Amino acid sequence: MDRVAGAGQGRVVRVNGPLVEIEGAEGLSMLELMALGPSRIAAETVAIAGTRATLQAYEYTGGLKAGDIASASGGELSGFMGPGMLGQVFDGLMRPLSSAPMWLGTGHSEAAAGTPALARYWTFVPTAAVGTQVTSGDVLGSVPESGAVIHRVLVPAGVAGELSWLAPEGALRGSDSVAVVAGRRVALTEPTPIRRPRPFRKRLTDAVPLHTGQRVLDLLFPLARGSAATVPGGFGTGKTMMLQQIAKWSDADVIVYIGCGERGNEMADVLDGFSQLEDSRTGRKLLERTVIIANTSNMPMMAREASIFSGIAVAEYYRDMGYDVVVIADSTSRWAEALREFANRNGDLPAEEGYPANLASALAAFYERAGRVTTLGGTTASITIIGAVSPPGGDMSEPVTTDSQRFVRALWMLDRDLAYSRHYPAVSWTGSFARDAVELGAWQAANGQPGWATRRARALALLTESDRLAELAEIIGLPSLPGPEQVLLLGGRLLRDGVLMQNALSPHDGYSSAEKGAALLDLVFDVVDACQRLVERGVAASTIESADFGPVLRAREECGPSDDAAVRARGAEVLAALEALQ
Amino acid sequence: MRGTNGVGPEPPGVTDGVLPLPALLGARISHSDIRELRGPLLVVGGAHGVGWDEFATIDLPGGAHRHGLVLEIDQDLATLQVLEGTDGMSLGGIGIRFDGRPLHVRVGEQWLGRVCNGRGEPLDGGPPIMGAAALPISGWPLNPVFREPPANPVLTGISVIDALMTLVQGQKLPIFSVPGMPHLTLATQIAAQAVSGGESFRVVFAAMGLTHADIAYVRDRLEQRSAGGELALLLNAADDPVIERILTPRIALTVAEHLAYTEGHDVLVVMSDMTSYAEAVREVSAARQEIPARRGYPGYLYSDLATLYERCGRVRGRKGSVTIVPVLTMPAGDITHPVPDLTGYITEGQIVLAPDVAARGIYPPVDVLSSLSRLMRSGAGKGRTREDHLEVAAQVMSALARARQAAELAELVGEAALSDTDRSYLSYRTSVEAGLFAQDPDEARSLDDTLGRAWAALAVLPDQELAMLPAAFLKRYLPQRSDRT
Ligand SMILES: Nc1ncnc2c1ncn2[C@@H]1O[C@H](COP(=O)(O)OP(=O)(O)OP(=O)(O)O)[C@@H](O)[C@H]1O
Ligand SMILES: [Mg+2]
Repeated sequence: MDRVAGAGQGRVVRVNGPLVEIEGAEGLSMLELMALGPSRIAAETVAIAGTRATLQAYEYTGGLKAGDIASASGGELSGFMGPGMLGQVFDGLMRPLSSAPMWLGTGHSEAAAGTPALARYWTFVPTAAVGTQVTSGDVLGSVPESGAVIHRVLVPAGVAGELSWLAPEGALRGSDSVAVVAGRRVALTEPTPIRRPRPFRKRLTDAVPLHTGQRVLDLLFPLARGSAATVPGGFGTGKTMMLQQIAKWSDADVIVYIGCGERGNEMADVLDGFSQLEDSRTGRKLLERTVIIANTSNMPMMAREASIFSGIAVAEYYRDMGYDVVVIADSTSRWAEALREFANRNGDLPAEEGYPANLASALAAFYERAGRVTTLGGTTASITIIGAVSPPGGDMSEPVTTDSQRFVRALWMLDRDLAYSRHYPAVSWTGSFARDAVELGAWQAANGQPGWATRRARALALLTESDRLAELAEIIGLPSLPGPEQVLLLGGRLLRDGVLMQNALSPHDGYSSAEKGAALLDLVFDVVDACQRLVERGVAASTIESADFGPVLRAREECGPSDDAAVRARGAEVLAALEALQ
Repeated sequence: MRGTNGVGPEPPGVTDGVLPLPALLGARISHSDIRELRGPLLVVGGAHGVGWDEFATIDLPGGAHRHGLVLEIDQDLATLQVLEGTDGMSLGGIGIRFDGRPLHVRVGEQWLGRVCNGRGEPLDGGPPIMGAAALPISGWPLNPVFREPPANPVLTGISVIDALMTLVQGQKLPIFSVPGMPHLTLATQIAAQAVSGGESFRVVFAAMGLTHADIAYVRDRLEQRSAGGELALLLNAADDPVIERILTPRIALTVAEHLAYTEGHDVLVVMSDMTSYAEAVREVSAARQEIPARRGYPGYLYSDLATLYERCGRVRGRKGSVTIVPVLTMPAGDITHPVPDLTGYITEGQIVLAPDVAARGIYPPVDVLSSLSRLMRSGAGKGRTREDHLEVAAQVMSALARARQAAELAELVGEAALSDTDRSYLSYRTSVEAGLFAQDPDEARSLDDTLGRAWAALAVLPDQELAMLPAAFLKRYLPQRSDRT
């Protein structure tokens, strides 16, 4: 891809951290990747004015001098995509970190060329017929990988015509050709630009739920496959824990986990944890369905900005094979900060809190890459995006939080007070929303869960009512409340502590099947109903209060993750005990 | 897992020669075309061939030296931040010699037992520190796939921390305080007492912006450990150059990384006060007329702090660890202030000191319910500390939350109107605070002592209130009824 010497070469004139200006490079195009100075620091072209161009460097620019050579690569920022990505860790520029050195200095960019997956042999099984007409998205063959995800080799976007040659079944290296379509060589692993959305046939609009295994989400604030959710919360409110739980337990085929400007220890934890846990649906290790993009907070800031797009590009790659993909981005605030940092250095006029004026449109463009679609190959597949937001000072009126809410279908707002009282996941039931709840209720009704929507409505009403009564009780004292209202207060507590709270670290409680969630909710409702009958019968509210509700509260921890039968059996016992109250 | 290229024990940039820094500098040409002086910034012309982030020595008339870092290159102009400030400088008579590389520091065991200023120059009358290798003070990011998740405790000998918010090797756990509280006493106590199981333990203490009285206290308190060759001390005083504080934690961490990953020690880095550090960052940013984010702090403060805090950790297949305890004072006690807020977003939990606890005469005045060590599970419990540790800690915490409710209720309705259970929680609170939390600033407690005290406090509560403790533990550890008061 290297150009003729001289063309596309310029010289560095200004260096201000990641902002580099060059002079004299002709024929540059926007987004073109450049290599700067002797250590060939990767940088992207973001503005061109005459013979001067502004670049955004993705690596530490220490030692870069005025006069250093800037050479064009002729291409855009791309990642090598092919078999062998699952279970791997990449940096923000899609370079495999497993083949990078222990200390990340500059210039390990060259390592990308030596991607282990390129050199390794894979077994290719052809399925297309030579001599037929094929178009973008058609399956040429497949490569079985270690996990449950079968790697499908597709005709690349923009390529169509006669399939004149197809590799026979057997061993191929990543860099080898698998096919020739309309005279174009198709390699098993192809460089793929990360910023360009990959085409699909059409967007689908019907709502199908993504089961996350987290009760407060699945029961109250559900998410449709192919939509987007945002999780704002101050530090320590449980964003990362919640996103990791979703990455572990949601019923997607492939997970892309983007650690964007967060902790290195968390990445080590994901790698470690996911390689030990098993996906109960496939019996394979969770790591074997996961691609990790790690650009920790101490890695170059601008690569954070790229990491988000790298993650989406990987997701689209698997979507096009026909899979349901979930993209986890922790945290989108760090990405927005990188945008701000560069805009400020570039002298752009700041809008709110120093963020560039295009912050909202950048966020919109990101979340819009979610979608449930018919792929070019004709299958149904989806990308669901879940992004954490880290508002400074926990201030939910800051720009990244408020802008993100406009472009997502679900908002899972984490509440500091809940977190501080160790109510995890600290999802606020007053501050959160799920725009597709009605459609998802219809899906549930059509798929064997007719009671889903009624349960949700009752749970939300009970939460609101018991919050209101709690405030009232603080003023007038609990004993002054009428019996039925005291029961509602009790019901609110059982619902919060016995259903919505979910201990991520517990083997039984970390994941919850839809049936177990429904059974737990029914248990609370049944107990509330039984208590109301007791009140009607004249039993004192204080007597009811002092009954032992331990079995209700402990059901989530003591019954297995999918053991709704055990929950229901427990319900029968509790109700019998209540009936005996005088 | 091991990479194929350049996996050495040291980050890139190691020089093997033993050439002292000044000799290297002397070889360079001197630039004297000073164009501008503004705040801590200096702009020099004719700086051909100078690289971004280079280190420079500034020669003043009369033979004095100052030091600078290159912040921007624009054609032949270089903008430097002058670490000692530009006070008293004028455009003429200055010569600048560029080092050809970012600031490096000599690392090695030679640091142990030494006392230096914030730039790493000896304050103890000893010779300059001449380690075998020189490393760039900014370090390099540790490849995440080489990280080993933190595990095993660092025991501080301070009950409230060891019992309820155990520090873990490779963790970063800050102390959030407010001016006037004994955070420096606590930080120094940790530095003086902390140990890790078995392996050799070393401490690097970096002071930033401390008063001379505080510095005298720190030196005195850490004297013994320093004399024992287990501790290095870097001291930037309140009246030392402000910008120099930008270097102090970086030098400390560079020394610590070498001690950990090359020499195999478990290293604790205590950094106090990070608020003073952040103010230095803000000052440079203001002088550069950058667009501020919140309260005048630059938008990159999060990333800047992360390049310090993220240098903690453990590495696969290597001995040694770097554990970081930053100390910071929250202006006006405001936890949403950018320094504590951004720190909280990077670190793995927090130890919060509260004036109302101090007012009750408890040292260390830790607000237990707002404090948390996120990694405690990896450092405590069976095989790490003691089998009952996690359960007992959970029970102490939950009983404390309940005791606080009881206390609030007692304020409303009077103690006499409380139920027996609620009253038992009030006496539990008194006993846990006096028996477990309160401790002398020079008292080091063993873990068994600490956990024994936790059990003794819990014994005040009726048996049915100890639901989080398995029967086997109750039998083994709970003081017998007859011993209870
Ligand atoms: N579901 C949960 N079950 C048990 N503990 C939890 C849960 N969620 C959060 N926690 C506790 O809260 C702590 C902080 O959670 P987490 O790291 O997810 O916060 P965060 O919002 O990502 O914070 P930051 O913004 O600093 O990254 C965890 O270490 C854990 O102790
Ligand atoms: Mg987090």
